[in-house]
Amino acid sequence: MSASDGHAGPGFAEPFARREIALVDVLDRLLAGGVVITGDITLRIADVDLVRIDLKALISAVNAQVPSPWPTAGEGGGDPGGRGAEPERAIEREAS
Amino acid sequence: MNDDLRYVYAVCRPPAAPLHADLTGVGGAPPRQLTHEGLVAVVSPVPERDFGREPLRAHLEDLRWLAETARAHQNVVAALATVTCPLPLRLATVFHDDSGVRAMLEDESERLHRILDRIDGHVEWGVKVWLGAASADGDGSGDSGSAAAASSRAPRSGRDYLRRRRAGNAAREEALARADVFARRLHGDLSRYAADARLHPVQSGPLTDAGSGRNILNSAYLVPRTWSEEFLELIGRTEGTRPGLRVEVTGPWAAYSFTDDPDAREEPHGGEGAARQDAGGTP
Repeated sequence: MSASDGHAGPGFAEPFARREIALVDVLDRLLAGGVVITGDITLRIADVDLVRIDLKALISAVNAQVPSPWPTAGEGGGDPGGRGAEPERAIEREAS
Repeated sequence: MNDDLRYVYAVCRPPAAPLHADLTGVGGAPPRQLTHEGLVAVVSPVPERDFGREPLRAHLEDLRWLAETARAHQNVVAALATVTCPLPLRLATVFHDDSGVRAMLEDESERLHRILDRIDGHVEWGVKVWLGAASADGDGSGDSGSAAAASSRAPRSGRDYLRRRRAGNAAREEALARADVFARRLHGDLSRYAADARLHPVQSGPLTDAGSGRNILNSAYLVPRTWSEEFLELIGRTEGTRPGLRVEVTGPWAAYSFTDDPDAREEPHGGEGAARQDAGGTP
């Protein structure tokens, strides 16, 4: 385990401010996480005027849409399909 | 300055402690708190020329701009997380003015309160499992090592080459299968310490550090702040138990991955939440 160095403590005040976090981890959370205020609201309330951008396209650009190793909770067992669907790039890198 | 838009980072419950005076947000302006009907939105002004619908769309295609904006957003949310339990909004949630933000707080009040209830007193930890680590030399224990050693000599014939290749593939598959078993078990163990868990798609894109190896597990856990120590100890105990596998922890994060509506998740499909990737509420 590599990232717990120096900030693993449960103490609350300091751990949030520390070394720079990898961009991929930041984007992992910020592009797919966070509450989405949907466009519907703009329709329901005349003057909310939310400037909303659909980030979906970007998510695929930055973090290639790789299936989760275990697509659904119900399907126990191996997942050959999911593995096979992973992008070539990962396999190439491993092979090299 | 009146044509500025309002960038909203997060919502929390009052009274939120004052933010650090020299904290800056997206675009460099200091964030402030806008309280309305029992909720606080943390907002900062952003220029329309960058955050209007069209310029924003263009900017979001620019990885440098996106990275800078994402870091500024995360910075503010992280600062908030030191004083309260903020509910982060999706990156680039922008309103035309304060009254738009207030209207949102009012209209979304019930949902926001439900999610705030769920994440209250919790932090998010990210856990990743990597197979085949950075160094070709250091981690070469086990099959991958022997495969590497074998391939370092030139094959004597075509048949020899094919045989080695098959052996290499078999070793790789076996390593992958073992990694999978390890990741599932780890995920199961960690989930027991967590109020909730999410599986994110594994990381493989161009931003992933080329030396990291292959990402087997990329998950997030919503952990009561008071259990964080035990949670991390549990991960620490796995250290070194599986050669060739590396566990990486990130956090504590604000609860980015747990911002879907708890109520909506009770609906028919009924599957246990843990395996719902992308549950973050993409519309």
